[in-house]
Amino acid sequence: MSKIPADLKYTRSHEWLKSMPDGSIEIGISDHAQEALGDLVFVELPEVGRSLAAGESCAVVESVKAASDIYAPVAATVIAINAQLAEAPELINQDPYGRGWMMRLKPTAQGDDSGLLSAHDYQVLAAEA
Amino acid sequence: MPFIPHTDEDEREMLAAIGAPSIEALFDEIPPALRVQSLDELPAGLSEFEVLRLMAARARADGRPLCFLGAGAYEHHIPAAVWSTITRGEFYSAYTPYQAEASQGTLQSIYEYQSMMASLTGMQVSNASLYDGATAVAEGCLMAVRANRHSKAARILLPRNLHPHYRAVTLTMALNQGLLFDTVPYARDGGHLSPDALTAHDTQDFTALVIQQPNFFGVIEDVDALTDWAHARQALVIAVVNPISLALLKPPGEWGAQGADIVVGEGQPLGCPLSSGGPYFGFMTTRMQHVRQMPGRIVGATVDVDGRPGFSLTLQAREQHIRRAKATSNICTNQGLLMMAGTLYLALMGAEGLERVAATSMARTEELVAALTALPGVRRMFARPTFHEAVLALDRPVAPVLAALAQRGIQGGLDLAEFYPELGPALLLCATETKNSADIEAYASALSEALRPARAA
Amino acid sequence: MSLALREKLIFEYSRPGRGARGQWPEAASRPVPDTLPEGLRRRRRPLLPEVSELDAVRHYTRLSQLNFSIDTHFYPLGSCTMKYNPRACNAAALMPEFLGRHPLAPVAQGQGFLACLYELQEMLKAVTGMRGVALSPLAGAHGEFAGVAMIRAYHRARDDLARDEIIVPQAAHGTNPATATMCGCVAREVAVGADGDADLAALRAAVGPKTAGIMLTNPSTLGVFERRIEEVARIVHQAGGLLYYDGANLNAILGKVRPGDMGFDVIHMNLHKTFSTPHGGGGPGAGAVGVSARLLPFLPLPIVAREAEAYRWLGERDLPQSIGRLTSFGGNAGVLLRAYVYMRMLGRDGMRRVAEYATLNANYLSARLQQVGFEAAYPQRRASHEFILTLKRAEQDYGVTAMDVAKRLLDLGFHAPTTYFPMLISECLLIEPTETESKQTLDAFVSAMAQILREAREDPEQLHGAPHTLPVRRLDDVRAARELNLVYREPAT
Repeated sequence: MSKIPADLKYTRSHEWLKSMPDGSIEIGISDHAQEALGDLVFVELPEVGRSLAAGESCAVVESVKAASDIYAPVAATVIAINAQLAEAPELINQDPYGRGWMMRLKPTAQGDDSGLLSAHDYQVLAAEA
Repeated sequence: MPFIPHTDEDEREMLAAIGAPSIEALFDEIPPALRVQSLDELPAGLSEFEVLRLMAARARADGRPLCFLGAGAYEHHIPAAVWSTITRGEFYSAYTPYQAEASQGTLQSIYEYQSMMASLTGMQVSNASLYDGATAVAEGCLMAVRANRHSKAARILLPRNLHPHYRAVTLTMALNQGLLFDTVPYARDGGHLSPDALTAHDTQDFTALVIQQPNFFGVIEDVDALTDWAHARQALVIAVVNPISLALLKPPGEWGAQGADIVVGEGQPLGCPLSSGGPYFGFMTTRMQHVRQMPGRIVGATVDVDGRPGFSLTLQAREQHIRRAKATSNICTNQGLLMMAGTLYLALMGAEGLERVAATSMARTEELVAALTALPGVRRMFARPTFHEAVLALDRPVAPVLAALAQRGIQGGLDLAEFYPELGPALLLCATETKNSADIEAYASALSEALRPARAA
Repeated sequence: MSLALREKLIFEYSRPGRGARGQWPEAASRPVPDTLPEGLRRRRRPLLPEVSELDAVRHYTRLSQLNFSIDTHFYPLGSCTMKYNPRACNAAALMPEFLGRHPLAPVAQGQGFLACLYELQEMLKAVTGMRGVALSPLAGAHGEFAGVAMIRAYHRARDDLARDEIIVPQAAHGTNPATATMCGCVAREVAVGADGDADLAALRAAVGPKTAGIMLTNPSTLGVFERRIEEVARIVHQAGGLLYYDGANLNAILGKVRPGDMGFDVIHMNLHKTFSTPHGGGGPGAGAVGVSARLLPFLPLPIVAREAEAYRWLGERDLPQSIGRLTSFGGNAGVLLRAYVYMRMLGRDGMRRVAEYATLNANYLSARLQQVGFEAAYPQRRASHEFILTLKRAEQDYGVTAMDVAKRLLDLGFHAPTTYFPMLISECLLIEPTETESKQTLDAFVSAMAQILREAREDPEQLHGAPHTLPVRRLDDVRAARELNLVYREPAT
């Protein structure tokens, strides 16, 4: 039974978002996603400063059996990336919502949450998968 | 029935177990309109004896002339132990090592191959081989576009003295993915890439510069200056090299201040017979930072559940069977058996053997060029040092001269008229360690006869 | 197969100054020729072995003994057609005149060789129902690239530039969508119906003015014949797209059905599968392509032609609309010669029997495995030359996976079937016996599989921990990918 913290938002492609007090958002992949992928061996993150369109592929997580793209949930600029993932991709498996955070983005347009899922709705989606 | 072991009894028992009346019934899902009526255009089958007799007659008809052709395929002595070992059934009839525990022989051989090629080229990592040198250049260009974050252009500079077939294949394979190619001319006197030719691209956004060493003319390039020039412009350097030459020439990992970024080439000179153009193998090596952009299979060392060392395919997430539409390439093979030939060849020759093959080949080519340029109407085309190939300028069209040589059992080289008409009559030839003084004398004497009719005729 | 102790790396046999000296040319008076510019000389020797010839032969011979191969084991890898590689093919290809011929040798000195290639082109046309064949693609995936490139070239030549979508069934081999991308197209997946045939409604919805073509294999990767192939062809052609045939499963229909008759416009053949050239541990292959009349102008170069009684190569002047060259020379000539000899030995009757006995073997194996308790993915369908078992139930009941079964088969002396492909069927094994295996071998395989099922019920740990008897046990793939060790480094002294 995968963990789905209630205070986060989710996407259909299994990313989670946390809204930070300063207006930025932190993203990562869900517990369900890391379980499906298996032991992660490599994480490719974008450069800080890169600007992303909504839905643009911005990162890749790689296990022995799959390599999945991570998509920007909203149009944003990359303001920080989790440098620890270079040496320890397994942080995402161990703690996908905490130490396994992937990047922080600054949305470039006013928040458009319409495409995002609540924890409840994501739970339904993950159960069907 | 060749290769089909079933007896009538087997067939009966099997059909009974299936519950079908006949083998034909097993095809009953196929719409009758689609069924083949006859295969009469095909000949009747031959026994092994009959087919080998046919092949022997055809082989005899082709004969074995004395060969001074190079141009991307080179005749070297292949130790008998190479092919006797790799045609063992356990190598010959094995599949891709997807079940690693049942394929440690293949996997360890690939690891050893990767180690040898990385070291030979002065780079940090190698893949398990690609189809051939030409497609390796194409893959190198595609990889450079993926790997070079600074360039937005997807533009590759290709020198005109790159092997014409490598260029043709690169265009065929890469144009559909939106790459752009600019041609850099060579210097007429030296046959090399001079810095002057590059100034046109000084302020252009280009992704990579391809440098072939030695180039198609056999001429040795000033790779350091060329490499530094490209790097100063945030472009990558794709080195296309002859593996035998690397015994004597500085490897691409040491070109310029930072070394080349991607190295590719044709592995045929390492243990693969000429065999009319294939099968050969392409090689690719690179820096560790680009390893995830490199196409093809890669083997890594690891341990099993008991801590025993072993080998398995790794980084497969980049490959077609997992990444599908986003794979680095659609490539599904490495040239396994030929890569093994290369590995065995390198193991038997070692660094010193390779040096001797390279040095002897260079010396034989010098000897050949000296003997031929002693004849009137024959001179060196380019004034720069060469490896084991050279271009000669003749005082008359090359094709009839080659035909006359062929009549005397000599394949004299490649007429460059089709590819480089601007050179006038030009002949690209090569002598490796397989040629001795008597062979060279035979060529010189045959050429002398072939040139005897006066030029004006 | 001998159970060797661990075989060291070749580098670990090295001793300074040792070498296979009998193989080296005489040392030159000047080891480094004077003409080599100082600044371009190699300074440090590469790390290559310094071993005797015996060391090298013994080392690689011992490595070979760690492998499973067709010559040593039943190898029922679905989609790979692991049939016996006749040694006559090798003997012919290694005849010295063929072996020593330079690719750029004049055609006058290659008529024997070119005759073989020409006749191979003609035989492949006859057996596939296509109008033209090119032999230069170096592997199946390379042939796929050529095929899709030809489709694109065809549409471009007609100024139909909008067509950049290639339709691919969900169950397709990974090379298909990867090839679409390599050709600058977009891969568009369509669903497959529950009975294994294409979902025609989904297909109708997917085709349109952007459709360049569809890539199919028939029988499909699900091991069953696409019964409505003629309707599929009609739908795609009507929408203006072309049909591409992935020849991976040609062994199932060789001599019984021809892709050209099914409506395919372009096909690739895997000579290393259907025509029995050796797999070599991962290559070389050869992916000859065949085309219908409308794609003839686009064939890749070079092609062998016969004029009067002489053979020659066709080049750019002869085929100005060709998609171009795919390789330096004419293709994997040595592989082509082996395929030629194989086809000559089979002849017209032998060709037909390939599909007959491959299909008999597959249906027999499927029936017997179901009898001992395995679940087929499409039990209501005829097997083609291969079939799928699913271990979904075993996984639920005993916690035993397809991977476990595969690894345990290795202990019992069989190479595992293909696992986890096609991805559509969970916990699947794709099994292709081929026509060269005897009933006795198949029965032994069934016994081994029955034993594995018993072990799943009574002693699943045997399976989870398999293989137990091979030179290595299950390898740590995660470590291989996380702690990359891709080249040998000499230990620091």
